[in-house]
Amino acid sequence: MILIVDLCYRERSLSEYEFVEPVAGIVHRSGFPYRILHHSHLTARDLSVAERILLCGTALRDNAFAERPEFFGWLREIRVPVLGICAGMQAMALAFGGTLVPEQEIGMTEVRCVQEDPLFERHPEFTAYGLHGSSVVIPGGFSELAVSSSCVQAMRNDVLPLYGILFHPEVRNEWVVVRFLTMPWRAC
Amino acid sequence: MKLGVLFSGGKDSSFACWRAMQHEEVACLISVLSRNEESYMFHTPNIRWVPLQAEAAGLPLVQGETEGREGAELEDLRQVIRLAMDLHGIEGVVTGALQSVYQASRIQRICADLNLWCFNPLWHAEPYRYLKELLGAGFRVVVAGVFSSPFDASWLGREMDGQVLRDLEGIAHTHRITLTGEGGEYETFVLDAPFFRKRIAIQAAEKDYRNHRGTYRITRAVLEAK
Repeated sequence: MILIVDLCYRERSLSEYEFVEPVAGIVHRSGFPYRILHHSHLTARDLSVAERILLCGTALRDNAFAERPEFFGWLREIRVPVLGICAGMQAMALAFGGTLVPEQEIGMTEVRCVQEDPLFERHPEFTAYGLHGSSVVIPGGFSELAVSSSCVQAMRNDVLPLYGILFHPEVRNEWVVVRFLTMPWRAC
Repeated sequence: MKLGVLFSGGKDSSFACWRAMQHEEVACLISVLSRNEESYMFHTPNIRWVPLQAEAAGLPLVQGETEGREGAELEDLRQVIRLAMDLHGIEGVVTGALQSVYQASRIQRICADLNLWCFNPLWHAEPYRYLKELLGAGFRVVVAGVFSSPFDASWLGREMDGQVLRDLEGIAHTHRITLTGEGGEYETFVLDAPFFRKRIAIQAAEKDYRNHRGTYRITRAVLEAK
């Protein structure tokens, strides 16, 4: 079961259609069963039965998740692959001691991989949709995987199977989510 | 949260409005009347009937005009949104954008500049599921314009129903159009919606069609009790 985590300002918010359902659509079309839960309602049991976890993005003005670090402590313990998308990457970075810096990006941007990784195999460069008000200063224990002209676009934990991407793969880069869902565990 | 809905009178902005109403407070509709028929951002064949739709919905309408020149029309949109902020205290904007990064990112930038939330509740919605939900919810929608092969004049003024959906699916398959008309292949006009207090009755309309391009221009319409 794939666990899709909603990071929006409240459960069943108007933003869920925009930032959670498109990701759920990719998971569904890829043939995986999934469950959507709001980040404030995750339990140890929910996390224990998840095979992979996706942390979804939020609206540009929605940074409520960043003020609730207590909801993301589990990221330091989890042992299944996690992909944090935009706000998901930001929450992941904060959970490991990283910081956010104001850096607005709206629209298509060129992304260039700076380190080989199975997640971006055969895609050394691609164009991606960015929608964020802050970029990430990645924490210790993580490596840069991809950058744009303005900021880090992807990171990976050096030990745990944790990925963060700042761009929105649900727009024109669904392959990133599909790759995350299907790539062998060991490749992490 | 008080929201203003960018409203063109077509199915997408109407459905986005309805979704917004289920989660937040819709304080007003916002529309921009473009004098440029080629405007990619704003032009629809029956934009002049938006005030009647707003009256049907019982919602205030903040309306602006634009010459429709690229770049300038975005500044005109910004001014109308700012007016909606002043008049109705909106804290965010809702759009009916489905797939267009061009449209969505421009409106996102305006909202960011004005410190407003931006919601796109149809963003990357699965097309068939969305249209089924639209019709199932009780929206009454007519085809107000066609701008692509193989649409012929018979499509103009046709009310969307299960058969239209099946026909659109067939055309989408054979002619590579988008099922929702997101690529500008067809335009729609909403006669009734779950949030309308009254419905619109078209009393007269003109069809103009040539070379796979045509419009169904409403010339007389009134509100009816539901």
